Amino acid sequence: MKVIVCVKQVPDTSGKVAVKPDGTLDRASMATIINPDDKNAIEAALALKDQTGCETIVVTMGPPPAEGMLREIMAMGIDESVLISGREFGGSDTFATSQIIAAAINTIGIEDDDIVLCGRQAIDGDTAQVGPQIAEKLGLPQITYAADIKVEGREVTVKRMLEDGYMTIKTQTPCLITAIKELNTPRYMSVGGIFETYSKPMQVFDFNTLKDDPLIELDTIGLKGSPTNIFASFTPPQKGQGEMLEGADQKTVDVLVDKLLAKHII
Amino acid sequence: MAEFKNSGENMKDFKGVWVFCEQRQGELQNTVLELVSEGRKLADDLGVELAGLLLGDNVEGLAKEIGAYGADKVILCDDPCLKDYTTDAYADVICDVIMEKKPEIVLIGATNIGRDLGPRCAARLHTGLTADCTHLDVETSKYVDFLKESSTLDVDQMVKAGRIKMDDRNLKMTRPAFGGHLMATIICPRFRPQMSTVRPGVLKKGEYDEAKAAAVKVEKYEVKTNELKTQVVEIVKEAKQLVDLIGADVVVSVGRGISKDVEGGIKLAEELAEVLGGVVGGSRVAIDSGWLTADHQVGQTGKTVHPKLYIALGISGAIQHKAGMQDSECIIAVNKSESAPIFDVADYGIAGDLFKVVPMMIETIKAAKAAK
Repeated sequence: MKVIVCVKQVPDTSGKVAVKPDGTLDRASMATIINPDDKNAIEAALALKDQTGCETIVVTMGPPPAEGMLREIMAMGIDESVLISGREFGGSDTFATSQIIAAAINTIGIEDDDIVLCGRQAIDGDTAQVGPQIAEKLGLPQITYAADIKVEGREVTVKRMLEDGYMTIKTQTPCLITAIKELNTPRYMSVGGIFETYSKPMQVFDFNTLKDDPLIELDTIGLKGSPTNIFASFTPPQKGQGEMLEGADQKTVDVLVDKLLAKHII
Repeated sequence: MAEFKNSGENMKDFKGVWVFCEQRQGELQNTVLELVSEGRKLADDLGVELAGLLLGDNVEGLAKEIGAYGADKVILCDDPCLKDYTTDAYADVICDVIMEKKPEIVLIGATNIGRDLGPRCAARLHTGLTADCTHLDVETSKYVDFLKESSTLDVDQMVKAGRIKMDDRNLKMTRPAFGGHLMATIICPRFRPQMSTVRPGVLKKGEYDEAKAAAVKVEKYEVKTNELKTQVVEIVKEAKQLVDLIGADVVVSVGRGISKDVEGGIKLAEELAEVLGGVVGGSRVAIDSGWLTADHQVGQTGKTVHPKLYIALGISGAIQHKAGMQDSECIIAVNKSESAPIFDVADYGIAGDLFKVVPMMIETIKAAKAAK
């Protein structure tokens, strides 16, 4: 059994976000982090490793500096890593991205008792699409929004969250599961892990590595292979400046309530 | 089935707007009616039919409601294997129907189920999918008006330079990205159908129309069942009352400002909400700190609300929060710091201690209501 975890390095949108005058994100000026939901997927993989002794592999697509993130993840305990990187992959939307990652997983090889884990969604795009799209392209059953995962032999039981409750779903390996933050508490890198990480294997898959996979054609990957295109981008509207009421006492509150009454808001 | 061709010359075979009508335990999700209302406008702009795509077991009775909000017809896929949602059964049936009947636009509510189903189908159909849209246009003149109102782009220049073509009939799908810091309009010009998941609570539901409800046609689609790889063992509705932020007329939200007395702060918010007939929400801080459960969260990662009245107590107003509430009809903010960004979107701001101001608000509003 092995567990393959798909992760993404993302700009930290919780801090200051820099937008260039042309309405695109100034990524260079922003710190990058491991996508938060992906950390729960990593933890789930490590928990399965603790439980079964299975092999764990982390996969990411991104520019070469993403190696730093992979070393960090291996320092948490993941055994091996794969960096998918190549000019041909740039500009991919979720369809093309999943095409490439699925091809990489095919290259690693999926066996009957394997599990693929992803985070629910990445904080830069918030689409939650790449996980299910990888599953479709690999022909695997998918379970998204996992808040609990139990694996016994080939049987997988997942608590899948809904807005108004949850479903319990059973499936068989091989399958793909997407993790939400309720699933677990991600661990940190360990001191031993940091020592070991540079001796752990890291492979780089470029276009040449993947080009013989049936999923990879020049018109199914990259900008050219992306069904969706950006038509326009802009900063969201700010509502017009309102009115600051004077003071913060009973008189202020009276003024406020009078205004609300006059406008029939209350 | 013949090979499914959905690009190039074959794109013109695709006609009609469809809405996926998600039901759970035989009840339509609220967002379906928002989508049907919006889909009606798109179908009118294109001069085509609007269809609801309804899957379930014994759910024909829901067709009238779908019709009442504007669908010309309901494509009904009724089979015991579709009783509860499973990715494999639903994706199989939906992809079959789409390949056979070829709609040009498919809208899906961005619920936990819609966001599971949409990408699976789009990947199989080899088409694009835009997630969590908040605004949709086919008619370019309407899109131009939207851009003029909601962006600082020089729209006239873009039209003049040919970057926006007035006869463009692609679906222009606008969504927030990067935690709400940017808005992006996405198109899918080379493949059909154009697919979009739409954020619940953002688009407005129209009026129930009795005549339309009676007029809706039901078109039955014979379901071919395949062997399923997943099995639903149980479905549990959480016993606790989840807060209906999206449907509320008044939302009173709390943030970091209540940290010195969390219990007291929440109690004040609850009292204020009660006087106004509203519900309590919270910022990301309030949810991440465990003060309120996740169903209370307003913002980019929580819910988008547009109540008649939104009251922000002790919320600084991070962009991620504003993205979820700035379209409220009236916003009141109470915050200690005069420079808090929440005041940029507030209609009325009070710079002061919420623990002093809110009790006065409760009493004054009570008195004002009693005097009415």
